[in-house]
Amino acid sequence: MNLLYIQDMPADAMAIAQAAKESADLAQFTVNNLWILIAAALVFIMHLGFSALEAGFVRRKNVVNILFKNAMIISIGLLTYALIGFNLMYPGINEGGFFGFGGFGLNPSPEDMTAAYADYTYWSDFIFQAMFAATGATIVSGAVAERIKLNSFLVFATLFVAISYPITGMWKWGAGWLDAMGFYDFAGSTIVHSVGGWAALAGIILLGPRKGKYTEKGIRPITGSSMPLAAIGVFLLWFGWFGFNGGSVLNADPELVSLVFTTTSLAAAAGAVGAFFCNYFMTKTHDLSMVLNGILGGLVGITASADSVSITSAIIIGVIAGIIIPISVTAFDKAKLDDPVGATSVHLVCGIWGTLAVAIFGNFDEGIGQFSDQLIGILSIGAFTFAFSFLVFWVIKVTMGLRVNSEEEEKGLDIMEHQMRAYS
Amino acid sequence: MKKIEAIIRESKFEDVKESLEGIGVNFFTFVEVYGHGRQKGDAVTYRGAVYDSGDIPRILIEIIVRDERLDEVVDTILETGRTNTIGDGKIIVTNVEKFIRIRTGESDEDAL
Repeated sequence: MNLLYIQDMPADAMAIAQAAKESADLAQFTVNNLWILIAAALVFIMHLGFSALEAGFVRRKNVVNILFKNAMIISIGLLTYALIGFNLMYPGINEGGFFGFGGFGLNPSPEDMTAAYADYTYWSDFIFQAMFAATGATIVSGAVAERIKLNSFLVFATLFVAISYPITGMWKWGAGWLDAMGFYDFAGSTIVHSVGGWAALAGIILLGPRKGKYTEKGIRPITGSSMPLAAIGVFLLWFGWFGFNGGSVLNADPELVSLVFTTTSLAAAAGAVGAFFCNYFMTKTHDLSMVLNGILGGLVGITASADSVSITSAIIIGVIAGIIIPISVTAFDKAKLDDPVGATSVHLVCGIWGTLAVAIFGNFDEGIGQFSDQLIGILSIGAFTFAFSFLVFWVIKVTMGLRVNSEEEEKGLDIMEHQMRAYS
Repeated sequence: MKKIEAIIRESKFEDVKESLEGIGVNFFTFVEVYGHGRQKGDAVTYRGAVYDSGDIPRILIEIIVRDERLDEVVDTILETGRTNTIGDGKIIVTNVEKFIRIRTGESDEDAL
C-alpha cells in the first residue's frame, strides 16, 4: 500500500508512517463495514427461512395467508424501523435509562459515514438492525397461524415492531438500564427471540387453539402441508444465523467472527442431536419436525453467548436446548396452548435458556451476580413484552376481532381472506 | 347389503366421522372430490382478476352396511351433515352384489 503514496512520499518518516496507518485504517474500516452489510443480507435470508418453515408447518389451505403475513412483516418492519424504531432502540440519549427517542426518521451527519461513527457506517448500522427487528414479529406469525384475522395480525405486528421491540432492545443494546446493570445478551436470545416468543404466547392465549386440535379423546395433531418446505426453511435460518450472530460482533474481527461461526454451528448441530435423542426416548419415533425445531433451539440458545463461550460450552448449550424442545412442545400442548410451528418452545423457552447459559458458561467474573443480572433481564423484558402484547391483542380482540369465524377456519384463510389458493 | 355414497361438506367431515363411529360404523372409505353445479364455486382472485373457480370441494364417503342398518346410518349423516344452506350435498344408496375381504376371502356379511 506504500506504492500508492510513492509519488508524494514525504521526506519525513513520521509522515510516511502516518499515511500508511491511515491507509490501513481505511482498509480495515471498509472490511468491517462490508462484513456488517453481508451480515445484514444474511439476516434478510432468515425471513425467507421463516416463510418456508411456517408455510411447511401450516395446512395447505393456509399457505397463502402465512406467506402474505411474512411478506408484509418484513416490509412493515423495515419502514417502521426507519420511521421510529431505530431511534427508539438507539436514541443516543438517556444512557442507563428506560426510554429514549432520538427523533423521527434517519438523519445521519457526514461523520456518521466514517470510522468516527463506529466500525461501520450509519446506514450499515440501520439496515443490519432493521433486519433484526422484523424477525421478532415473524416469530409471532407462526404461532398464531391458521386462525388469526389478517388485518388484526398486521395491526399487532406494526405496533410490536415499531414500539415494543425497540423499547426493550434499548434497555440493553441502546445503552439502557440493563446494559448499565451488566446484563449480557450478545445477539439477542432474549432481546429478539424471547421477545418474539412472549408476544407469541400472549397471542395464542387470547386466540385459543385451532379447531379440532384438543379433543375429548386427546390431542389430535394437525400435520403441516410440506415437510420439504419446513426443512428448507430451517436450513435457510441456520445459514442466515451466520449473519445474525456473526454480524453481531459488529466488526470483522478475525478471531471473534470465526469463533462465533463455530459456536453457532456447533450449537445448532448439538440442538439437532439433543432433540433427536430426547424425542426418541419420549416417543420412540424419528420425528423430523422435532429435529428441525431442535436445530433452531440450539441456534436460539447460543445466540446470547456465541462470542463468549468455549466450543465445549457451545455444544452443551445446544444439546440442552435440543433436549428442551420435545419436552417444551409437549408441555405447551398439555396446557392446550396451540402453537403450529413451535415458536414458543424454540424462541421463548430456548431464548430464556440461552440467556441464563451466559451466566453458567460465559467468562464473566461476577459468577452468581451475573446469574441474577441475566434473570432480571429475562424477567423485565418478558414482563414488558408480554404485558404490551397481551394488551394490544386484547384491544384488537374487543374492537376489530382477533379470530376468524368457524367456517372461515374450516375452509382455510387462503380462500376466505385472500380468495386464493397456494396450490391449484 | 347396501353401499351408501355421501357427498358432504369438508367442514362437516369431522362431525360425520365422529357420529358414524358413535353408531358403530368402524370403517369406510373417503376421498376429496370436486363438484360442479348450481351452487357457485369459491370466488378466487389471481393477479387482479376475480373469477368463480367453478370447483366446489366436497368429501365423498363410501360405506357398506347390512340392509337393516341402512336407515340408521343415512339418518345419522342427514343429521350431522346438515347446515340447512345450499350445498349440503347428496346421499346415494345402491345395492351391493358382492363384498369380499381380500385377506381371508370371506364374502358378504362375513366380510363386514
